Amino acid sequence: MGMTMTQKILAQAAGLDKVEAGQLIMADLDMVLANDITGPVAIQELARFDKKGVFDKDKIALVPDHFSPNKDIQSAHNCKYLREFAHANDIRHFYEVGQMGIEHALLPEKGIVTAGDVVIGADSHTCTYGALGAFSTGVGSTDAAAGIAFGKAWFKVPSAIKIVLTGKPAKWISGKDIILHIIGTIGVDGALYRSMEFTGDGISYLSMDDRFTIANMAIEAGGKNGIFPVDGKTLEYIDSHMSEKARKEYENTGAAPYKVFEADEDAVYDQVITVDLSRLRPTVAFPHLPSNTHTIDEVGDIKIDQVVIGSCTNGRLEDMRIAAQIMKGRKVAPGLRVIVIPATQQIYLDSLEAGYIKTFIDAGAIVSTPTCGPCLGGYMGILAENERCVSTTNRNFVGRMGHVSSEIYLASPAVAAASALTGKISAPQD
Amino acid sequence: MKASGKVFKYGDNVDTDVIIPARYLAETNPKGLAKHCMEDIDTDFVGNVKEGDIMVARKNFGCGSSREHAPIAIKASGISCVIAETFARIFYRNSINIGLPIIECPEAAREIEGGDQVEVDFDSGLITDKTSGKTYKGQAFPPFMQELIAAGGLVNYFNKKSADK
Ligand code: SF4
Repeated sequence: MGMTMTQKILAQAAGLDKVEAGQLIMADLDMVLANDITGPVAIQELARFDKKGVFDKDKIALVPDHFSPNKDIQSAHNCKYLREFAHANDIRHFYEVGQMGIEHALLPEKGIVTAGDVVIGADSHTCTYGALGAFSTGVGSTDAAAGIAFGKAWFKVPSAIKIVLTGKPAKWISGKDIILHIIGTIGVDGALYRSMEFTGDGISYLSMDDRFTIANMAIEAGGKNGIFPVDGKTLEYIDSHMSEKARKEYENTGAAPYKVFEADEDAVYDQVITVDLSRLRPTVAFPHLPSNTHTIDEVGDIKIDQVVIGSCTNGRLEDMRIAAQIMKGRKVAPGLRVIVIPATQQIYLDSLEAGYIKTFIDAGAIVSTPTCGPCLGGYMGILAENERCVSTTNRNFVGRMGHVSSEIYLASPAVAAASALTGKISAPQD
Repeated sequence: MKASGKVFKYGDNVDTDVIIPARYLAETNPKGLAKHCMEDIDTDFVGNVKEGDIMVARKNFGCGSSREHAPIAIKASGISCVIAETFARIFYRNSINIGLPIIECPEAAREIEGGDQVEVDFDSGLITDKTSGKTYKGQAFPPFMQELIAAGGLVNYFNKKSADK
């Protein structure tokens, strides 16, 4: 019986030739992540270990992104605590305001995570790095603390759902439509415990940004991780985002700083789902579950108060490009608030140079410094009673972006930008 | 390692909010948390549970937030093991990490009834319902997970490991 891609990565990290679904293993970690909400809690837990200090100052990433730049005194206190810990332990990947971006966009961009890695993060969307062919998953505070101290985590080896993507997606169909369609099909616990392993000829049509969006939302189907095979596009991405240090090592030793794993031919899957990408239409998740999906033609007339384009799901350069393409030379609908948040400083700068930022501002949108902000109802766009928002984020739970009676409609950047021009949920026009 | 006791039985989707309601989260003492364990769905639980008793539930036990207070409250109430058809993923991790033994066994979770006397052998994964006379095979924990639970959780496990070196 063969192993899935995820199982192979875990077996090697546990120093085993073979693992099977359900087996409990102890694995070595390549990276441990925490943010300004979960980091301080993990640091407190760390004090309970007899061992002092961190396992490897180069393999810990601390990113204050949720309530940062600090939204209030409490968040300032938490960031200060995180910063002091980072400095005291000489943590290499601590990103202060000015270098900081949303963690799950920042880590791949900086080359901190790569193919074949095993990554845990005290944040549920840590599953994003599966787009690079890494195993990455979200954990609780004790796990993160143990990871920081010892560089190890235990895992129950997951079984997998194989998701075969076929065909070429139509214009305006993005990773967001694909993952919303899948969650709408299997439900919010459809992948509970399991890996979502993507495969099929349709992947060749997907950009890396599409793949990040898809892997990012694996957790919204209950999945432990979502993972893509490593192809030419992945290697190109990894090569162009390799850190200086990794590149030098690569050049000097010839040993690639990443590892490519493939599922065995005879790997066993719990379930196989085939998605014909050529048949997908723009898809919107209605309140209050990401699985409550409707295609754009069945949406009807839904007036909105706010549009948010950003987050670890859809705040990347391609998302900015698509939104700018739709909004260029046009105006935001009267009475609507449109908030655009590039996910990292680099994406902000690239958007500026490409003219996207000017397009957004000319249209009547605002552009914010990178932050999670409104995605988790933190700040920078909280909704009042009964307000409706079209958002490119990943969760539309009750009260997620503000008042308990407010509503979030999850959509792609194309639908969000088109809706920004009309003031109601709209399909992008050619 | 074995657990043995009387069963408290629950249904599907028992979430972390009913295991320990958010209004008690300021409490950090495990015994203090245990005083309110399950109170929103079972007001009799706290008064009746005895050291060693066993909790049995159906699907997706512990869904909802990632709060570690939930398994802590169950453990501090005296429960020696939770058996369920499935556990929500982060609850599963957190339970093992804080040293609350949990075991998945769909058949046992369906058939065992509240009030039954049940014994769980963690080495073999064998679950025995002494009241009905039936036995079930859950997944046995591998040695290091047993060590982890026996040590009382992840922090103690690692502390012990480094002391042994
Ligand atoms: S952007 Fe939203 S989902 Fe992503 S890490 Fe931030 S708060 Fe979480």
